[in-house]
Amino acid sequence: MISKEEILHVAELANLKLKDDQVDSFVSQLGKIVSMEDKLSSVDTTNIEPTYNMGDTSTTFREDKGIHTQTREQMFENVPESEDNLIKVPTIVEKGEDE
Amino acid sequence: MNYLNETIDSLHKKLVDKKITSKELTEQTLSGIKEKDEDISAFITVNDAAVDTANTIDESGIKGSLSGIPIAFKDNIVSNGIKTTAASKILYNFMPVYSATVLEKLENAGVINIGKTNMDEFAMGSSTETSFFGNTHNPWNLDSVPGGSSGGSAAAVASGEVVAALGTDTGGSIRQPAAFNGIFGIKPTYGRVSRWGIIAFSSSLDQVGVMSKRVEDSATVLSAMAGHDYHDSTSSEKEVPDYRADLNKDMTGVKIAIPKEFWHEGADPEVIKQVNNAIDTYKKLGATVDEVSLPTLKHAVEVYYILASSEASSNLQRYDGVRYGFRAKDVKNIKDLFVNSRSEGFGDEVKRRIMLGTFALSAGAYDAYFKKAAQVRTIFIQEMGKVLENYDLIMGPSTTSAAFKIGAKIDDPLAMYMNDILTIPANLAGLPAASVPAGLANGMPVGLQIMAKPFNEQAIFNAAYALQEENKFYEKIPTALKGED
Repeated sequence: MISKEEILHVAELANLKLKDDQVDSFVSQLGKIVSMEDKLSSVDTTNIEPTYNMGDTSTTFREDKGIHTQTREQMFENVPESEDNLIKVPTIVEKGEDE
Repeated sequence: MNYLNETIDSLHKKLVDKKITSKELTEQTLSGIKEKDEDISAFITVNDAAVDTANTIDESGIKGSLSGIPIAFKDNIVSNGIKTTAASKILYNFMPVYSATVLEKLENAGVINIGKTNMDEFAMGSSTETSFFGNTHNPWNLDSVPGGSSGGSAAAVASGEVVAALGTDTGGSIRQPAAFNGIFGIKPTYGRVSRWGIIAFSSSLDQVGVMSKRVEDSATVLSAMAGHDYHDSTSSEKEVPDYRADLNKDMTGVKIAIPKEFWHEGADPEVIKQVNNAIDTYKKLGATVDEVSLPTLKHAVEVYYILASSEASSNLQRYDGVRYGFRAKDVKNIKDLFVNSRSEGFGDEVKRRIMLGTFALSAGAYDAYFKKAAQVRTIFIQEMGKVLENYDLIMGPSTTSAAFKIGAKIDDPLAMYMNDILTIPANLAGLPAASVPAGLANGMPVGLQIMAKPFNEQAIFNAAYALQEENKFYEKIPTALKGED
């Protein structure tokens, strides 16, 4: 089971805001899914290494050399709002917060 | 253009013999898509500019076997200058400024990108119903789902809109829709194909693959797009075989394992009957078939939904409304911009997966969920590896049922997740796996799943080709297509 408080906490961590009716359906749906996932506790994993990556996991090195990829103009093609060649966003630090 | 009776070879011959130009072929493909998509809705974006590309190819001359041939691409494969959405509102207007390696490689071989196919949002789903752009319909029954997440690619191939299409497979997203649409679809070994330019869902599971009516066409396309890529350090440096040239349908002495757990209690008996018939065909062709056991299979869905959701929650953090995609209006500060853009931009299923993943990775839950699942994955990899020490192939059904009706499972996420139980194992173990048509169950297609040792895609192509040449399923015309017989 998973509580309403836990759902709200996880949503906060994930930068998501749920509507009231959505919170209830998520409590029930995620509760069922997490209960299904709880069955894993019956598997004995003593001394078993976890697998986090697939394939060849050795570190790949490359030369520390700049390469040309996209131009500034191209990178700006998808920016929703811009001004003076900069990406425009709302207030980051509220007035008075840094004083 | 109707591709139902065409192959890459037959098209190549027509192009070389100048019976048709690539420009004509492309124009006819576009008009075929527009006509059939009134019922099927396989595409999100149709690339009308493909005609110009075809013209350029005609002018420089038809070269290799893929030269001048239109192919469709799932809409999570980024395409320079052609809108790429992952079927999400959050990327509804996203215009890539580069192309995925798979697309670039195929374009270098002369392939024409004819358009971008529908899918479940961010490839999260098994029915293509979570797409922001509406449902795709199964060409065997328009009231049924095409499967997913590569449902648009599968329906486009099955309805004869294209000869082949690319899909991606994280937990069965190529094989399940291939099975539901009566076509062939292969997910290669993890690392066989570059993931550069694929919109990430779960990076330790995602792999790009091919779907086509004929086995030999997927073999041709896979050889052209596989191989090491400087941009993806998980892509293998192993040499890429010419799968098409090396096709060999001789099954004499091939050792096949059938895990008893794949003959699931809840499976549709009609599906099982078709799969058993296919296995009998291999026996007749000289293969040996033994029953084996994969005891940890019963935990595959649990492991998968923890790991895939955790990786997704991390991969999808980048969507914040700042640099590209959907941006929420009327926000007061940066936190609101992130939260509102994500909350308005993601659909419910994507939110569920992000929430599940965030939960599994959160303090207090990490060891019991994420780490535990990663450990059970190790056990599972060992079990599969042990079977493949003694056998060439593992076979079983691709799905527990044929295509279900649109709307039947969308409100029950857990029932939807259980769809994936038979396809998840190959992703967890990184193995190559395919679905090949086995027959019809109550008029709807059934797929046989074939898995092999890592980097032995050839063994899968060979076995699938052997079955195809016996049952000739490709001669069957999907029942919901109008004016075809």
